Amino acid sequence: MMIEKLVFYVFSALLIGSATMVIVSKHSVRAAFFLIVSFCASAVLWMLLEAEFLALLLIFVYVGAVMTLFMFVVMMLNLDKEAVQEKFVRYLPFAVLVVALMVGVLVFAVKPSHLGNLGYAMSTHQAADYSNTKALGMLLYTQYVYAFELAAVILLIAIVASIGLTHREKANNKRQRIASQLQATKADRLVVITDMGVSE
Amino acid sequence: MITLTDYLVVGAILFGLSLAGMVINRKNLIVLLMSVELMLLAVNMNFIAFSSFLQDSAGQIFVFFILTVAAAETALGLAILIILFRTRQSINVTDLDALKG
Repeated sequence: MMIEKLVFYVFSALLIGSATMVIVSKHSVRAAFFLIVSFCASAVLWMLLEAEFLALLLIFVYVGAVMTLFMFVVMMLNLDKEAVQEKFVRYLPFAVLVVALMVGVLVFAVKPSHLGNLGYAMSTHQAADYSNTKALGMLLYTQYVYAFELAAVILLIAIVASIGLTHREKANNKRQRIASQLQATKADRLVVITDMGVSE
Repeated sequence: MITLTDYLVVGAILFGLSLAGMVINRKNLIVLLMSVELMLLAVNMNFIAFSSFLQDSAGQIFVFFILTVAAAETALGLAILIILFRTRQSINVTDLDALKG
């Protein structure tokens, strides 16, 4: 399949190029945009692997929600430019070394001869009436239902924690503060006034 | 023909790049969080490639959970980032040395 190969190489190149731009770009906004490009490119690759549900999930959840959150924070913090300017020169040799070692070892480890007969397997295609979403749903609601509920709890914790962390009370809040009321002592409130002026 | 190795190599390069991003970005905590996202994407790529070539959907379930946890992690990380910026007026990684580590 020539077209599959073309799609694979074009979008892999796009993915790796945009990932590089994410880590070297000087502005966080630009890095966020390149991260969106790399998410979209990898969604195409996942589509090629016939994982349609997760590919669409990546676009909806990541590009739609998580990256919006990133952009929102980047815009809100409004970092000054000069602070973002100088970077990566100092640690660049070390980074290149780490990447070369890491990628070298990983690429060696995934040689076709190391993967058994899987290494020479052709990518098989599902039947035309196969539904990836249906297959995942069948697994998710039967075998992995506890893990699924746990994932819901994790999301709930994330909601509660992030609201709790970032919530700020209004300055002119009229709500009763019971803890500070109970902590108040007579000396805080009562001032004895004599002829000579204020004492104690 | 595209083999499993091709996908795994893409995942490996992506993983290495995100690791480099963590090493070279000492100025901006946001880019560090983005590198974590890229790293999780590389792992997910491997999971989906194996799932597709082994004809086993369980790998895709794992990706589903990784995506969930990554989204929660990003939301919390950004919330912490915001309160950090409020108190320190900086998200420079090298400024965060209060523990003298």
